[in-house]
Amino acid sequence: MATAKFEDWLKLDGAGLCCAPGGFHIDPVRPVERAIVTHGHSDHARPGHGAVLATPETIAIMRARLGPEAAGSFQELRYGEPISMGGVTVRLAPAGHILGSAQVVIEHQGRCAAISGDYKRRPDPTAVPFELVRCDLFVTEATFGLPVFRHEPDAREIGRLLASLAAFPERTHLIGAYGLGKTQRLIALLRAAGYDRPIWLHGALEAMCDLYVELGVDLGQLRSVGDATTKLPGEIVLCPPSALQDRWTRRLTDPVTAFASGWMRVRARARQRGVELPLVISDHCDWPELVETIDQTGAEEVWVTHGREDALVHQIGLLGKRGRALALVGFEEEGE
Amino acid sequence: MKRFADLLDRLSYSPSRNAKLRLMADYFRTTLDPDRGWALAALTDGLPFSFPLRRTLVELMARKMDPVLFHLSRDYVGDTAETIALVWDTPPRCGDVPSPLVGEGQGGGDCRTFAVGIPPTPNPSPPGGGGPVAQAERPSPRLADIVSQLALIGRNELGARLEIWLDGLDVTGRWALLKLLTGALRVGVSARLAKTAVAEMAGVSVGDIEEVWHALAPPYEPLFVWLEGRGPRPDVVDAPVFRPLMLSHALEDADWTALELADFSAEWKWDGIRVQIVAGRGEAHLFSRTGDDIGRSFPDVTSGLSFDAVLDGELLVVRDGQVASFNDLQQRLNRKGVSKRQLEQFPAHIRLYDALLIDGEDLRQLPFVERRARLEAWHAKAHPPRTDLSPLIAAQSKDELRELWAATRETGVEGIMLKRRDSPYVAGRPKGLWWKWKRAPLTLDCVLMYAQRGSGKRSSYYSDYTFGVWRDGEGGTRELVPVGKAYFGFTDEELLQIDRWVRNHTVESFGPVRAVAPGLVFEVAFDAVQRSTRHKSGVAMRFPRIHRIRWDKPAAEADRLETLMAMIQG
Repeated sequence: MATAKFEDWLKLDGAGLCCAPGGFHIDPVRPVERAIVTHGHSDHARPGHGAVLATPETIAIMRARLGPEAAGSFQELRYGEPISMGGVTVRLAPAGHILGSAQVVIEHQGRCAAISGDYKRRPDPTAVPFELVRCDLFVTEATFGLPVFRHEPDAREIGRLLASLAAFPERTHLIGAYGLGKTQRLIALLRAAGYDRPIWLHGALEAMCDLYVELGVDLGQLRSVGDATTKLPGEIVLCPPSALQDRWTRRLTDPVTAFASGWMRVRARARQRGVELPLVISDHCDWPELVETIDQTGAEEVWVTHGREDALVHQIGLLGKRGRALALVGFEEEGE
Repeated sequence: MKRFADLLDRLSYSPSRNAKLRLMADYFRTTLDPDRGWALAALTDGLPFSFPLRRTLVELMARKMDPVLFHLSRDYVGDTAETIALVWDTPPRCGDVPSPLVGEGQGGGDCRTFAVGIPPTPNPSPPGGGGPVAQAERPSPRLADIVSQLALIGRNELGARLEIWLDGLDVTGRWALLKLLTGALRVGVSARLAKTAVAEMAGVSVGDIEEVWHALAPPYEPLFVWLEGRGPRPDVVDAPVFRPLMLSHALEDADWTALELADFSAEWKWDGIRVQIVAGRGEAHLFSRTGDDIGRSFPDVTSGLSFDAVLDGELLVVRDGQVASFNDLQQRLNRKGVSKRQLEQFPAHIRLYDALLIDGEDLRQLPFVERRARLEAWHAKAHPPRTDLSPLIAAQSKDELRELWAATRETGVEGIMLKRRDSPYVAGRPKGLWWKWKRAPLTLDCVLMYAQRGSGKRSSYYSDYTFGVWRDGEGGTRELVPVGKAYFGFTDEELLQIDRWVRNHTVESFGPVRAVAPGLVFEVAFDAVQRSTRHKSGVAMRFPRIHRIRWDKPAAEADRLETLMAMIQG
């Protein structure tokens, strides 16, 4: 039976998803001998592995965040280049989530499994677009795996931010954004919308922006809030979500607090955060995109790694496919 | 509808009063009639309908969506109307695109990603279950159209109509529409604040709006015509409407020193709620100080108001001539209906102290003493049931008056009112005409127990405080029991100091709340204390506020619960 086959060579152990014939784990949560890392977010890219295989951008991000000794050795693999590992063939396909993010595509005995990591379908000026991989087994996340999550068009949300700046020109607009990926995308979206003033950054966001620029992503003029000589009225300031209510904000002028996240679609979530301007900008698929993608891969079987798997597994059944919740632990929603 | 929906959305997330005023004033300034008038009606709770939507919505969603997915969604969001707004599948809007998500390396489809201001294009294979429905593009409905159609349709047509509207709206619009239909906006805006925004838009005072308000009906076009200088002020002379009240200032020490007793008339300040009686032409209204007609909750009073006058007075519960506590009056407030038992147990009464109009004659320009004389003469003749006059206090000297003020602890009295004998009845809060001299508050030294982050500008500060007093715990130890909660009321400098103290003495955090070690004493002032079964301590303070920070006082020397219990009256 086909269903038994996938579970023979893709198993769960204490560290996460393991490809036994290939001798590697994917995004393991504990140190392992050999790991393939889909992208640089800290819940997927952890330190201490013997050898790490990833895209050059992901390796650069891991080195910058975790230090040069983050793994025993690093091996770069570009998108689309096949490589043989044990009894399987592996290639990385763009996932569209953040810079360097990849799906892991494994072929074994004529069957193909695509492990998507985190992914999105919207255009993102800072990431190579998602590649739809036709496969037999699709392993998906379900961060926004509920029908209530339908992300608005990015341009609409950026438009709301700029409208607020026009309505409250004397107040600082302080946006909480995850430091890797979201921050840079937000800046790129603002630039695409024609916002060309300097954008001010909390110290914790600077290193990753510098790295993106180094890797060839244009972010326009960035400034450090630490260097500001005023309380930044009417300016856009970005900070990590944890700093939104921090004492640090007292250096700003009556800030309008905004938060860029897919969670902002649900009012209670926005209110819990004390957010005045919720911006639904996400680096994950929304519900229609998850369902559409699952359908388009042509996969007969779909595994759901982490997130809100109940609804998605139910929907996979409605699509006539076999769905399975892996309920992987150790993955956070907080970053989004 | 889109503009109104966006307004409600911003209001619901804006903690600051000024930001709310700005958002509303901008909206009223830039939105056309009659939409803005209906928006104003919605914000002032004046829409002529409200629908019990629950069943309609349940039936609608049963047709539209897989029940398991709806249940999981509802569970997560926690609110049915919001869930529907979020999951609603709008019909396609950008032509027959077979899939908006086609193409390797292309990411999302263009129409979905770049169309600004229109709802996201839904997936043609609806994830909510059910098949794709071929529907023509539906135009976004106008607020005014929605309101006028709602007035006409029957309850059983609502579901079908709702479906059409929801299809034409984006997510914010759908959320706003469902809120509008249930009649509860809950966006943190009082009727008064909405009127203030209208006033700010036109550069008039909110009193000017109140003066004409009750002569108008939604969508208030004559109001906007007048405010924009395109027509006359709406006529209110004979209408049974609320007139803006004359308010008083708190008497400070310097005011007392400067005060000439001969210029003033003194009366007791009653501990009830201020009301305006408007009666005439067979109608009788009882308006609260914000202009809300609360007459329906007080049929025992309004049934006796068969005269032609506008009077100012205090609504109280009075039993056998004795004013009952404010707590008793509260049993009668904010009720749609009133039971026979409540009428018997908490009989309402109005204590009159001023007259604005009597038999069609406007008395507001007359001096206070003349108005008072007219009121007395009129009352002696008309003598409506369940009313009496607030007696004047005779005091020969300021010292005597001060003694009376200091000595009063009678239930139902909050202090003394001082009114200039020559003062006309002026809307608003004119300086120097009327003084309120509240009796000295009760005070107690309490220990800070919990501190909570504020909102808006205060969101990085611990500015809300729960404090307690000592009582004997089990095994001979003593423990703190919370007795009240108050917001920050000091200078910015003191707020910073307390914020720092809280952060340095935290023993536990729960979200925005921190429990602190006992160590900081507040002198808490409050107007009264009552028994309460809702509080762990068994007592509830009325209007607690933090009077002083006692940095000098050790927590162990703060007051005990018994001290507070002894202050309970009656």
